[in-house]
Amino acid sequence: MESPNIDPVIIVEGLTARYGDVTILEDVSFEVRRGERFMILGGSGCGKSTLLKHMIGLLQPHRGRVVIDGVDITRADEETLNRVRSRIGVLFQADALFGSMSLAENVALPLAEYTALPPGLIRDIVRMKLGLVGLAGYDNHMPAELSGGMRKRAGLARAMALDPMFLFFDEPWAGLDPVTAAELDILIRSLNEGIGTTMVFVTQELASIFSLGQRVIMLHKDVKGIIARGTPQELRETSADPRVNRFFNRLAD
Amino acid sequence: MSEIGNTGYRMSVEGTRGAEATVRLAGRLALESLEPLMAELQAVPGRLEPRKIAVDVSGVEYLDSAGALALIEMENLSRSRGIPFEILGVSERDHGLLCLIDREALQRPPLRPESESPAVVVKLGEAARRQYRDFLEVMSFVGELVAALAFCLAHPRSVRWEEVKFTMKRAGADGLPIVALISLLLGLIMAFMSSLQLKQFGANLYVANLVTIAMVRELGPIMTAIIVAGRSGSAFAAEIGTMVVNDEVNALVTMGFDPIRFLAVPKVLAAMLVVPILTIYADFFAILGGLIVGITGLDLTAFTYIQQTKASIRIFDFATSLVKAVVFAMLIAGIGCQRGFQVRGGAEGVGQSTTSAVVSAIFLIIVADSAFAIMLHYVRQ
Repeated sequence: MESPNIDPVIIVEGLTARYGDVTILEDVSFEVRRGERFMILGGSGCGKSTLLKHMIGLLQPHRGRVVIDGVDITRADEETLNRVRSRIGVLFQADALFGSMSLAENVALPLAEYTALPPGLIRDIVRMKLGLVGLAGYDNHMPAELSGGMRKRAGLARAMALDPMFLFFDEPWAGLDPVTAAELDILIRSLNEGIGTTMVFVTQELASIFSLGQRVIMLHKDVKGIIARGTPQELRETSADPRVNRFFNRLAD
Repeated sequence: MSEIGNTGYRMSVEGTRGAEATVRLAGRLALESLEPLMAELQAVPGRLEPRKIAVDVSGVEYLDSAGALALIEMENLSRSRGIPFEILGVSERDHGLLCLIDREALQRPPLRPESESPAVVVKLGEAARRQYRDFLEVMSFVGELVAALAFCLAHPRSVRWEEVKFTMKRAGADGLPIVALISLLLGLIMAFMSSLQLKQFGANLYVANLVTIAMVRELGPIMTAIIVAGRSGSAFAAEIGTMVVNDEVNALVTMGFDPIRFLAVPKVLAAMLVVPILTIYADFFAILGGLIVGITGLDLTAFTYIQQTKASIRIFDFATSLVKAVVFAMLIAGIGCQRGFQVRGGAEGVGQSTTSAVVSAIFLIIVADSAFAIMLHYVRQ
């Protein structure tokens, strides 16, 4: 296995994001390395969700580029983009499970779309994925019948259906109780270490930042960009920036 | 090394029939090659009938969970045939992955069987119960709506007139172009088709009567109502339905608002005000369509055509057409809002309620129109 922690697999370079005339991010650059758990932090309205949407190709940047596994997704044609997208899994904040489909159908959807596997084999893979997230046996349940934590895990199973190289999480802990959130942390860590998936999180959940984050960047709306980089512990203990201190120590402005 | 575009695995089997078999795997054991990999692996026990199977994965460069699944399924197959099985040369990372997969979960049946489609009798019973429940819900909604309208009649200041104006613009002014276009074409078609017949009797002039009577008495209100049901009834249902899904209606209740008075009443009032006006426009444009055919195709002058139109219509017909329009408007807006409040679940529920709002509105319009036809027949005498 190639050694992790050096080769960058996601490169964001000089990214400027705008909605109309409003600039959200100005000249943001950073790299995500293979197999790591990378976190994008920041208070509300700092543009972290916008940044994530640019990284998964949902939004086009005003300037700059996003390179995922050697492919510049801001300039790629539709076919290349779809090939990259099949290597990306996204867990959206509102789990985004299709309410009219059972869990098994939700997870099977990308498999049926992107592979030519026979139904029996797809069913086996679906079972394995549901087992991976601790939902074995819930094949025929509908999303509406599950608790928030279970829906999050089902969303994760669907995001992982195609064994993506990259998983993106948008606020995965939002709306979960502390116990469920801690369980999700353990699950995410075991998947990261077992499968070696590169993971990018957008979050402001302090407990999970410290339990999972390996490298973080912190955005701030005043500078429309990055104000701090490093490990969560470094930032908490050594940062001189009061904005970083307030965030990590949960203080009011 | 990029893993995109690099596919394929290599497999070789060593061992003779009945002896120990060693399967060497190398390359990528991944989702895209899962099917041939599993077929090839699972053929080994049948072909060689080995005493023992060892799978050597030390040459594997990349293993994903689908590849791991293939190995585990192979293990299960061997065990079920009573053949000892082992996996050799597993890297530390791949070991982690193999441990993650819950072997038991692969075998366990779902907690709940796949829902089968029920017997005809059961379906019939459920449909009947659904209809009954739907009827009850509509009835109770009608009651609440009438009560809310009565309250607003007594307290006109409690109505959100801003919202009424806004809805009037959306349902009325914005809908005018399509109502005008359809009515104009309808008038043209009616005049043209009837002129083909009436010409034979030299009764060209009566085209004006035909278009006017048909349009003012029947088609004007009905066509307008159907267009409004499609444009605005569906919009009411979708808007309120999405509010229900997003807990916005619950928020209204907890803030002490009556959702029917707050959401449904302005829409119903706006529709009642605006549909009669649209109907007048529809009548006007249909008559204009007839006039165009009369002038260009039948050698009539505009003056004669208009005189004939005036003579053929009574104020009574015109007034009843407007009353009809008001009733249709109540039905469309009422059922649209009711279907919206009925939404359960998510996106699918909103879609269903929107469809149901339009279908039910058209059904009610036709039923009401039939009732009017009979009633007016006796009133006219």
